[in-house]
Amino acid sequence: MFLYALTLQRATTITHAVHGNFSGTKQQEIALSRGKILELVKPDPNTGKVHTLLTVEIFGVIRTLMSFRLTGGSKDYVVCGTDSGRICILEYIPNKNKFDRVHMETFGKSGCRRIVPGQYLAIDPKGRAVMIGSTEKQKLVYILNRDSEARLTISSPLEAHKSNTLVYYMAGVDVGFENPMFACLEMDYEEADNDPTGEAIQTAQQTLTFYELDLGLNHVVRKYSEPLEERANHLITVPGGNDGPGGVLVCAENYITYKNFGDQPDIKSPIPRRRNDLDDPERGMMFICSATHKTKSMFFFLAQTEQGDIFKVTLETDEDMVTEIRLKYFDTVPVASAMCVLRTGFLFVASDYGNHALYQIAHLGDDDEEPEFSSAMLLEEGDTFFYAPRPLRNLVVVDELDSLAPIMSCQIADLANEDNPQLYVTCGRGPRSSLRVLRHGLEVSEMAVSELPGNPNAVWTVKVTEDDEFDSYIIVSFVNATLVLSIGETVEEVTDSGFLGTTPTLSCSLLGENALVQVYPEGIRHIRFDKRVNEWKAPGKKTILKCAVNQRQVVIALTGGELVYFEMDPSGQLNEYTERKEMSSDVICMDLGKVPPGEQRTRFLALGLADNTVRIISLDPTDCLQPLSMQALPAVAESVCIIEMGGGEDETGEQRPSGGLVLNIGLQNGVLLRTTLDNVTGDLSDTRTRYLGTRPVKLFRVLTQGSDAVLGMSSRTWLSYQYQNRFHLTPLSYDPLEFASGFSSEQCPEGIVAISGNTLRILALEKLGTVFNQVSTGLQYTPRKFAVHPTSNHLVILETDHNAYTEETKEHRRNQMATEMIQAAGEEERELAQEMAQAFLRESLPEDKFGSPKAGPGMWASQIRIMHPSSGETTEKICLEQNAAAFSLAICRFASYGDQWFLLVGVAHDMNLNPRQVKAGEIHTYRFSEDGTRLELIHKTLVDEVPQAICPYQGRVLIGVGKLLRIYDLGKKKLLRKCENKHIPNRIVSLHAVGQRVLVCDIQESVHWVRYRRSENQLVIFADDTYPRWVTSAALLDYGTVAVGDKFGNIAILRLPSDVNDDVQEDPSGTKALWTRGLLNGCSQKCDVLCSYHVGEIILSLQKSTLIPGGSESLVYTTLSGGIGMLVPFTSHEDHDFFQHLEMHMRNEAQPLLGRDHLGFRSFYFPIKNVIDGDLCELFNSIDTAKQNGVAEELDRNPAEVSKKLEDIRTRYAF
Amino acid sequence: MGDRYNIFSQMEHLQSKYVGTGHSDTTKWEWLTNQHRDSLASYIGHPDLLSYISIAENETKARVRFNLLEKMFQPCGPPPDRPNLD
Repeated sequence: MFLYALTLQRATTITHAVHGNFSGTKQQEIALSRGKILELVKPDPNTGKVHTLLTVEIFGVIRTLMSFRLTGGSKDYVVCGTDSGRICILEYIPNKNKFDRVHMETFGKSGCRRIVPGQYLAIDPKGRAVMIGSTEKQKLVYILNRDSEARLTISSPLEAHKSNTLVYYMAGVDVGFENPMFACLEMDYEEADNDPTGEAIQTAQQTLTFYELDLGLNHVVRKYSEPLEERANHLITVPGGNDGPGGVLVCAENYITYKNFGDQPDIKSPIPRRRNDLDDPERGMMFICSATHKTKSMFFFLAQTEQGDIFKVTLETDEDMVTEIRLKYFDTVPVASAMCVLRTGFLFVASDYGNHALYQIAHLGDDDEEPEFSSAMLLEEGDTFFYAPRPLRNLVVVDELDSLAPIMSCQIADLANEDNPQLYVTCGRGPRSSLRVLRHGLEVSEMAVSELPGNPNAVWTVKVTEDDEFDSYIIVSFVNATLVLSIGETVEEVTDSGFLGTTPTLSCSLLGENALVQVYPEGIRHIRFDKRVNEWKAPGKKTILKCAVNQRQVVIALTGGELVYFEMDPSGQLNEYTERKEMSSDVICMDLGKVPPGEQRTRFLALGLADNTVRIISLDPTDCLQPLSMQALPAVAESVCIIEMGGGEDETGEQRPSGGLVLNIGLQNGVLLRTTLDNVTGDLSDTRTRYLGTRPVKLFRVLTQGSDAVLGMSSRTWLSYQYQNRFHLTPLSYDPLEFASGFSSEQCPEGIVAISGNTLRILALEKLGTVFNQVSTGLQYTPRKFAVHPTSNHLVILETDHNAYTEETKEHRRNQMATEMIQAAGEEERELAQEMAQAFLRESLPEDKFGSPKAGPGMWASQIRIMHPSSGETTEKICLEQNAAAFSLAICRFASYGDQWFLLVGVAHDMNLNPRQVKAGEIHTYRFSEDGTRLELIHKTLVDEVPQAICPYQGRVLIGVGKLLRIYDLGKKKLLRKCENKHIPNRIVSLHAVGQRVLVCDIQESVHWVRYRRSENQLVIFADDTYPRWVTSAALLDYGTVAVGDKFGNIAILRLPSDVNDDVQEDPSGTKALWTRGLLNGCSQKCDVLCSYHVGEIILSLQKSTLIPGGSESLVYTTLSGGIGMLVPFTSHEDHDFFQHLEMHMRNEAQPLLGRDHLGFRSFYFPIKNVIDGDLCELFNSIDTAKQNGVAEELDRNPAEVSKKLEDIRTRYAF
Repeated sequence: MGDRYNIFSQMEHLQSKYVGTGHSDTTKWEWLTNQHRDSLASYIGHPDLLSYISIAENETKARVRFNLLEKMFQPCGPPPDRPNLD
């Protein structure tokens, strides 16, 4: 079996974010790391929307990210610490839209190792040096400089190793232009390792160590080291030199301390706590991330606590000596993994889990009544300040970036009866979790919908002059009238536009610089800017049937198939060409491309004729109206559209290179053809086909990101566009439309105006490049697993959180605290305390924004929910008691109970994660009632371990209880154990039954194939695997083949050998010896590894399914980072051969950006086998043309054929 | 003779360069401690593994990273009491 791996949606988590002026302009961009993806995004300061500029798959793990700028420079560089054993410095080249690797220095082995640097990065704030460190021992310093041509140079590494030392964090210290200095939080374990009494562990102290790079001696010295009282986790660089006092803020558990070398005394302040918090009182509080804002005159820090509360931290100084730290509660946002404050007043928050957001900083929190805490306020040892969290006051959400991370489980099914399957994904953690329904499609934001007096036929927009930025009129054509609307603050009807209103319109356009043209069945109306009107009347009884117009040309087809061509001359007059042309059959549709910039006319007219052909007609004066080329079609063309691929203007107004002309042909049978149109000869070549829907395909030209795109309307509306060097053809998640045109106004620069029924709609497409449209419903706790009720299609979701209170306990705790509050008060304050207690009981902060209270280890909250799949309505919610945690579920029927459906839920009681202990396990049996929307508890069955996997099996049920595999049947009072196998090594995490065989997945020891022998009522393990795989998910592919995803991000396909013997009757020894005699500490028979592939993200669900109607089956996986991908089989040896060679060439031509070896990465844990990396192959479309030609030549093809192959294999299975 | 010393010094070089390289006197505790530290460093290095633990424990990633680093300090407790060799 050979597989082709493709990513459908890239990971959406963000692990690091740094901002800088990467393109070298005034605009700030943000570089994001998404695990194995590097992305550059730009928040638009006007609209507040975050746009993606560039996404690069780096085939490695980004562990840390930093930006820096050389002294006096205006452009920031990105430095990456990865698993490649190399340090990489990247420069963003805006006009090529790519990252250029400026330097790549090798220092160690690849992999995320303990002593190989790459985990931490620290930058000298003046950009003179970078330190890269590992979790233990090694630290290297590189000096950055520039050469005579102002290019960035990097020195050879200087070592600052210290063995037996762990590093918690490192940061550059701002010392102005003195020798660069780095601060590290270190912990020396040598003493503790040599002390058997254990005393050294108790007394060990973390140290804050300063390393100085002596630029004169070219040497790094350990300058100064100071023990810290508390364990710290984070350092914040304080601006130094001329801008501030320098030094660092040390964020430790419960305290934040300012430290600097020299005479500076430590300034220490406790971290404030929420007033009346339900958290475990023993818990410490720490700052987990921070952002610095610095202007010429001031600076402050925003630091976020574990609860998501942001504090504004400022320092009071007295002649370069810090005297006071001030903390002020700012706002609460979701817990972040990184924050960036931009100079335009935005705060970018990359969430740990769930959607990321861009906030506008509306106030700096300077003059409000929020109390300010200061290190100068005296407090008793161990005491702290208190504040009350509140809804956002200083921040305003301006944009949200959808993130699926973490996807806990996924099922693909068409539960909504839409012909296309949907992906039901449970994602998120704790109160921010959600069930999201993903559909292939582009999200459409509806800007306006207005009713019209009748059902219109067509709609266009026109500008009044060529220089206008936005459209001026919307022209709507009805059966016997034309309506002209002007676009301004509001959309209003106008009568003085010069358009003829008493006739339907066939087409209209801006002509030349400032004239308009209206084509209607009886003639052409040319409206000059001074409202003078020139009319051309159709001769005799003939009428105009079809027409095509652009800025300078008009072509019309009259009844009888006669073509008339008009062109605008330099004086602005529309002149008819001397000859007319008679076509052999009726013209069905026609289109003119845009006039290329700087030219008089477009040279091509595309005609779709009734004889199943499309013809290209020349409009060049030398051979005007002569046919150039022709293509036969499988059906009659309904619509044609010539667009320019690429081209257009980028944000800076520069012309982008053109990607050539493409002729789109929509056929009456619902198929869209895309054909390359040679812009010299007019030849048609390289046709690609896609089926869009049941209705004839109508095509409309619109703009996306300044370039041409095509809307294709069939039973669904599709958008065909180019984004990030990749061609996309995506359906719009919207009602079917009838006619559309591009639309541009101040509020909506790139919109679409469309008609549907009797309404006129203005639409905008803001999430270009996304594959899935999401509908999200919130959940309360982390969703663990879910199942679909087979008849009602309702979802049964298990939500379980560790370290959490149930609603009941929370209520109880609150009442308890309120009582305490009243009791603690003295006689005279009693009344006041009563009021405060009431107020405390009343107030409730939404947990999805403020987080849920942390109850402490061993505390569990869990519930079972039944939800309608499309409406998101919860029909049943069963809350389990405190410290009961639901882990597994199955919907099944029992042979002895007819066709009633039951729900079994595996519950753990009082489980401790580390060290793992559990008091008891339970299996709850529920019966579905009211057509699968409600549950009735029948009984609970006590077991001694956690039932972590349940699977229906031949009218009974298989349950994995800890390491025991058991068969249960349903009894009156409890489940009845029928059979047991004790030989699974560690813990059963999932079970799959197929016929007599059962596939058992162990948490650590891969899969075990078990056969149930009915006659002897025995479960016999007959085969297992030779590798230790930490299975997280598995999917059966057939009777003897399974796909397994593991905790380290690998997918393997395992197959039982053809001669496997699972039937004891056929045991040749006759003494059961085959079953008892083991091999390699396991079973005597082993499965074969067919395929093995490292995805690089933990795979939490695997499913074999079809994603598009009529498509073939593929193996779809989802990952913890929010990625969705698939593995598809090759159908022919020829294809496999082709892709194998393409992959081989691509490995050489497109080497991973951050220096990780591609083959090495895909073989991270197990050598890659029989899987071709489609993500690498698809990079073919984005490498430069010379390389493309080279690779294509090696493959004996031309580049277009290669990219067609790439598109074909994708569209055969998915999108 | 020379070869033997050479190999010995090479081993010594490896042991000093790569933390955790075993030698003939490695104790079970040392081996285990090294294994744990290596694993913990790998959990910290792979963002997905860190998330995985953080979801299970319902803590922030930064807190989990901090806890893992704390654990690296002495993952298997203090070394066993070794009887004095002299």
